[in-house]
Amino acid sequence: MEKLLEVKNLSVSFKTFFGEVEAVRNISFHVGKSETVAIVGESGCGKSVTANSIIQLLPMPPAFFKNGEIIFNGENLLDKTEKEMQRIRGNEISMIFQDPMTSLNPTMKIGKQIVEGLVTHQKLSYSDAKDKAIEMLNLVAVPQPEKRINQYPHEFSGGMRQRVMIALAMVSTPKLLIADEPTTALDVTVQAQILELMKEIQKKLNMSIILITHDLGVVADMSDRVIVMYAGQILEEGTTDEIFKNPRHPYTQKLLASVPRLNMSRNEPLHSIEGTPPDLYIPPKGCSFYDRCDCAMKVCKDHMPDFDAHSSSHKSRCWLNHPLAKIASGRDK
Amino acid sequence: MKKYLLKRFIMSIITLWTIITVTFFLMHSIPGDPFKKEGKMPPAVYENLLKKYGLDKPLHEQYVIYLKNLLRGDFGDSMKSRVETVNDMIRRGFPVSAYLGLEALLIALVFGPTLGALAALYQNKVPDYISMIIAIIGISVPSFIMGTILIQFVAKNVSWLPIGGWGEFKHTLLPALAMSLMPLAYMARLMRSSMLEVLNQDYIKTAKSKGISKAAVILKHAVRNAILPIVSVLGTLISNLLVGSFVIEKIFGIPGLGSFFVKSINNRDYTLIMGTTIFYAIILITMLFLVDIAYMFIDPRIKLTKEGR
Repeated sequence: MEKLLEVKNLSVSFKTFFGEVEAVRNISFHVGKSETVAIVGESGCGKSVTANSIIQLLPMPPAFFKNGEIIFNGENLLDKTEKEMQRIRGNEISMIFQDPMTSLNPTMKIGKQIVEGLVTHQKLSYSDAKDKAIEMLNLVAVPQPEKRINQYPHEFSGGMRQRVMIALAMVSTPKLLIADEPTTALDVTVQAQILELMKEIQKKLNMSIILITHDLGVVADMSDRVIVMYAGQILEEGTTDEIFKNPRHPYTQKLLASVPRLNMSRNEPLHSIEGTPPDLYIPPKGCSFYDRCDCAMKVCKDHMPDFDAHSSSHKSRCWLNHPLAKIASGRDK
Repeated sequence: MKKYLLKRFIMSIITLWTIITVTFFLMHSIPGDPFKKEGKMPPAVYENLLKKYGLDKPLHEQYVIYLKNLLRGDFGDSMKSRVETVNDMIRRGFPVSAYLGLEALLIALVFGPTLGALAALYQNKVPDYISMIIAIIGISVPSFIMGTILIQFVAKNVSWLPIGGWGEFKHTLLPALAMSLMPLAYMARLMRSSMLEVLNQDYIKTAKSKGISKAAVILKHAVRNAILPIVSVLGTLISNLLVGSFVIEKIFGIPGLGSFFVKSINNRDYTLIMGTTIFYAIILITMLFLVDIAYMFIDPRIKLTKEGR
């Protein structure tokens, strides 16, 4: 598959009063054309920082790129000037944010908000822009779009606002859509509708999606491949099937075990992962999951393992993959 | 909307009436009256004066008479000035004060929010420090000191502008500048904090993600949302500027309305006290009303309905 986006050895840090926080540490991944890649992990693991790095919406300072490359369509985005980035943002790469209640400007009509980017990029006339706004609202199934374009965000429900956000992101038919927890703030019933809608539009416009989420249900529903992040690093990467059916990293396994199931008995306690992620002011020398891992070994404390490939698409970073560990734990039977 | 306006109008009348009543009785409860201070006045003359202005009648009768005159738009004769009625004095003083006030307002409105916005955009950098130094000076230095400093350095030392007086545009610059500094500083501080808040909102990030220019993000998305706190203080600010400042008018020798507020009380000039108070109240009530209307245009979430807001 042709690569649309390739992130190579990206490290992003934040300068704070107390020192440097290494939010993203040396991650590499790629997104293929018209592919959906999910980045999962708990809060603070660096998923949003990764997403915002690609579109370069991190507040700089305090954030800064330590090293790495973000190759989009063959060009390194980190070499671009702010002006050049503006031409890419909302044009070739768009973003949908977590909270539709606060992501729209309360004092601007939504029709105008939807086409604002397009008007800037393509110099549309007023009536063309209006037609385009109506067309987009139709696409995201907002009823009565002719009337709705002249309304303000507070006249929309949460689900409808997220549809507007999607329309806003799609209007320029971007090659890549970054969805940062697009359904987290929505009702479960509305969540399903929004995901369906995103899938449908993806097919129509043939674009790639990076889906940032901590909801594994959403991942299973939407994505082709999954990247599991923890403490600013990628621990495991694979197709959705591989991750769900054959998770190799203990963290991925625990993450999957934490999903509540309908067939659980009432008395059975909900699973959680004990402890908290490490402090990224002083990132651990060894495996970042060491403190919370049931399978932790001596070697894990001081040495971070490299990736081991399990298939052409599946790889994980764990000492358990080592031949000697397999003998010791008998994990692979 | 119509219902709201009507309700608002009736409320304003009630407010105004309350102000009139409270001021009237408070004023009469201050010891002394307009004529007692005037040296050794023969008792007969004093009695006659009281009679002439109706001050010999019981207080509640005076109150009714005053209200009746007021309904005809008559503030009555000044008890001190032999030549002018209170209406005359307001008619003469208000245009002067209002002209000066509007000029000060213009200066404050142009520079206050701009400085505040710049400070927020360059938070903790040089423009921020400069704006906030100006703001602190503006808030902490009283207008009479500012006025004297301006006279000393701009009028006396280099004679760019006249020291005082009234009549031409050049006379208005220094007093307007001195008057504008406090509201300017106040607005700058308000704008800075509300702008900082707005810049951290999610919709600013959305706007940036559309790839529009930085200037468009700030002008189209940030400023309109950040300006609301300024609009809300504008009502009081404008009324205060319009009716003039006693201190500034005194320093620059300007025949405005401001001095009447202070003089009328010192003189126990009952009709002038009432006149200036009511006049100020009317302006204030009108301005607050206009501010509420302006709100509605700036923030569509605010709807003026019959339930109030």
